[in-house]
Amino acid sequence: MKRHLTLGLAALLATSGLVHAEGVVNLYNWGNYTSPELLEKFEAETGIKVNVTDYDSNDTALARIRQGGHGFDIVVPSNSYTQTWINEGLVVPLDKSIVTNHGNIAPEWVDVDFDPGREYSVPWQWGTTGVIVNTSVFKGDINDAGIIFNPPDELKGKINVIPEMSDVMAIAIYYAGGEACTMDMDVMRKVRDMLVSAKAHWKALDYGTVDAHAAGDFSAGIYWNGATMRARLQNEDLAYGYPTTGYPIWMDSAMVLADAQNTENAMTFINFILEPENAAMISNFARYANGVTGSEEFMDEVMRNAPEIVAAPELMAAGRFSPACSQEVNDLQSQIWTEVLQ
Amino acid sequence: MKRDSHRWKWILVSPALLVLILAASGPLLIVAVYSFLSPGNMGGVAWDFSTDAWFRVFFKRDIFEPENVTLNADHLAVFQRTIWLSLQTTVICAALGFPTAWFIATRPANRRMIWLFLITVPFWTNLLIRTFAIQEMIRNTGTLNTALLWLGVIGEPIEMMYTDFAVLLGMSYVFLPLMVLPLYAAMDKLDFRLVEAGYDLYASRFQVLRHVILPLVKPGFIAGSILVFIPSIGAYVTPRVLGGGRSMMMGNLIGLQFGQGRNWPLGSALAMVLLVIVVVALVFYLRITTRETGGRDGQS
Amino acid sequence: MASREFNVRALPGFGAVAIFTLVMLYLPIIILVIFSFNESQSQSAWGGFSLKWYVAAFNNSQVIDVSIRSLWLALMAAGIATVLATLAALATTRVGRFPGQTMIYALINQPLMVPEIVTGIALLIFVAFLKVQTGYAGMGYMVAAHTAFCIPFAYLPIRARLETMDLTLERAAADLYATPVQAFTYVTLPLLVPGIVAGFMLGFVVSLDTVVITEFVKSAGQDTLPTYMLGQLRRSVTPEMNAIATLFLALSLVVVSLFFLITRKRG
Repeated sequence: MKRHLTLGLAALLATSGLVHAEGVVNLYNWGNYTSPELLEKFEAETGIKVNVTDYDSNDTALARIRQGGHGFDIVVPSNSYTQTWINEGLVVPLDKSIVTNHGNIAPEWVDVDFDPGREYSVPWQWGTTGVIVNTSVFKGDINDAGIIFNPPDELKGKINVIPEMSDVMAIAIYYAGGEACTMDMDVMRKVRDMLVSAKAHWKALDYGTVDAHAAGDFSAGIYWNGATMRARLQNEDLAYGYPTTGYPIWMDSAMVLADAQNTENAMTFINFILEPENAAMISNFARYANGVTGSEEFMDEVMRNAPEIVAAPELMAAGRFSPACSQEVNDLQSQIWTEVLQ
Repeated sequence: MKRDSHRWKWILVSPALLVLILAASGPLLIVAVYSFLSPGNMGGVAWDFSTDAWFRVFFKRDIFEPENVTLNADHLAVFQRTIWLSLQTTVICAALGFPTAWFIATRPANRRMIWLFLITVPFWTNLLIRTFAIQEMIRNTGTLNTALLWLGVIGEPIEMMYTDFAVLLGMSYVFLPLMVLPLYAAMDKLDFRLVEAGYDLYASRFQVLRHVILPLVKPGFIAGSILVFIPSIGAYVTPRVLGGGRSMMMGNLIGLQFGQGRNWPLGSALAMVLLVIVVVALVFYLRITTRETGGRDGQS
Repeated sequence: MASREFNVRALPGFGAVAIFTLVMLYLPIIILVIFSFNESQSQSAWGGFSLKWYVAAFNNSQVIDVSIRSLWLALMAAGIATVLATLAALATTRVGRFPGQTMIYALINQPLMVPEIVTGIALLIFVAFLKVQTGYAGMGYMVAAHTAFCIPFAYLPIRARLETMDLTLERAAADLYATPVQAFTYVTLPLLVPGIVAGFMLGFVVSLDTVVITEFVKSAGQDTLPTYMLGQLRRSVTPEMNAIATLFLALSLVVVSLFFLITRKRG
């Protein structure tokens, strides 16, 4: 206890003004996404302490960094935002002399459309967004987005949709027959009407609902695969559905900020998480897949055969990597989304 | 001599004012400025003058038929819900707070402190904790439902979370002490001889309550109402946690624009509107109290 | 005329409502505290008594870190705010109308009235601008923001106390040839202490409580307990949160008890 008090005081002193303190790296990440074990291991191996600050949305993170004066070194945005970060010069290219594990990145994740060749980013976790269903309430086919957009009676008023615009819009657009980043007004109008009318049957639009799903507050919803797994481990009736009409695959990647104060330490950390063992640590904690070759042997049993990670080939094939859309498309989607939300 | 004492007053007051202007009032001006700018790429602002934000506060242009302009029913619904929920919260707090304050004020003097202590302790608990505690109580597998199910009173859990009711419950819970304390303060100074006089004149309890007690504690009542109503209008955390993103109040609507709505100017404009509503309520309050105290506020 | 055993202070039903209200006020908190000792992770099914969540909380260096920061921030903000508020109260109470009075009241009470979300976003923009211009990203902004927020809460009790103070005592001191400074130090200030203490404590608790403003102003590694909890609430909530909540409740109890003891002594 005393050790932690001292640590706490030290951290306090370190952050209160001496942002340039030796042996520190400031990680800005999604909440509950960083394994404490990982950080301890990193500190034990390198002597560098990791300070983690949470954000709850890509928009918050982007706004904070844009404003400047934040003191963070590493950020972990989603793929749909990554290009904006790179284009605005908010992040720096990886220092390959420190990030020697760059070759560990799984081949399928190296040439991604938001960072070809991975000059700026490395994978943190990736996953899918699909449908979570309590099979004791709904007995039908769960691989269907229609459960959410056109709910059957037993699910009406018991649905939670994560308020993550890019994910929900993607599923909705695919369901309406459109392509990602479409500007087809007919499709978008259909999407808007569908979402607005479906919302009447939704109970909530909230994050942090693992417990709520497990406890039965909700009977269905749109949710991420890893979070669904956490819920399922609490309540066996829960199942993850892959909408056959299409669902988004997303990836969060770690990048080093342009105005980082501890660039070298940041690069060291980036290199650290590209070790298969360490990547597996992140996965075991967050319950998502990582993008590092060879990490499977270090992952928990529970992860290896989980239906949220491994499913029938036809279902896996329906997943589409969600690309970054143009500003125009973003605006249109934002407008529709705001209309739906209010 | 008079001018000297004025100068001293200003010197004493200025440090506080400085901090307040820098860290509270000044930044508000920025919000006002932002409401006249254009939304930036992926959030933020672009320094181009635009009244679009203010337009969108009140009107809605259909996304697919830009010529179709209507009154922004969505925003109006949120405004309306905000004011309505806040009014209801105030009424509930008054209904529960008045007897509570009266009870405490009529305890023997040496015990009063203990009761006051009891009533303020929940207030000193962190807001998030209190809201979270309510959530744990009313969710489907929460304490309330579990107890009712066990008692056999209901067969299915009652859906209480993520409704306006949940938000109402949460806000009343959080703001109740703010109603009780000013009421108690007023009742503490109450001259019970006047009450006794009422009874001596053969008035019923109800008549005494209505014609003697209530008018005498009115200032406390009004103070409590304002202390509940105004924070209710600006509530953010409680509707967020208990309303689940569906029962949006103005605070949440504003927050949305700075998040996924990616329209900071609109968020700023809405914030200004919220501010105006609060000021109106405040002015209303000041006018009532000034009238009550007979305008002798040279000392207040 | 028969003597009436009549209690003028009793109003029918009020006692019952009052007790009911008090019980309802405490019920959620009591449940929270009880389940902080729960063996299982559930918030509704009792799995047995266990202190493991408290152990987890104490071993969670992040929790310790944010708690210490919250307390430090609250002490600083409440302390500075109380001093400033005392000066302001002395200047603005028990004096006749003076020019600029309304503006001063408006400024002082503004944090009370303006919704936190509005102040929060205003500060987000303003402080970020300053951070870039000055390169300083320390706790100074948080302290300033919290202090500003605490000032009205400290001001009100001090002012209330000042208003009810008996002027004759100070006049007596003057009659006894005390200088204004002496009168202030030996008469006014001691009498004012309960108000100052009340103001400090109110400010302390308010600072400890603010979520929205802190959320928008904080930089790297500047999370406070409420913002940390907000982050946790978005994900999964374990009884560790209950444990933390109970600990802070205990702290509040101690603070409030102190307050009541002090004010009772001073009458």
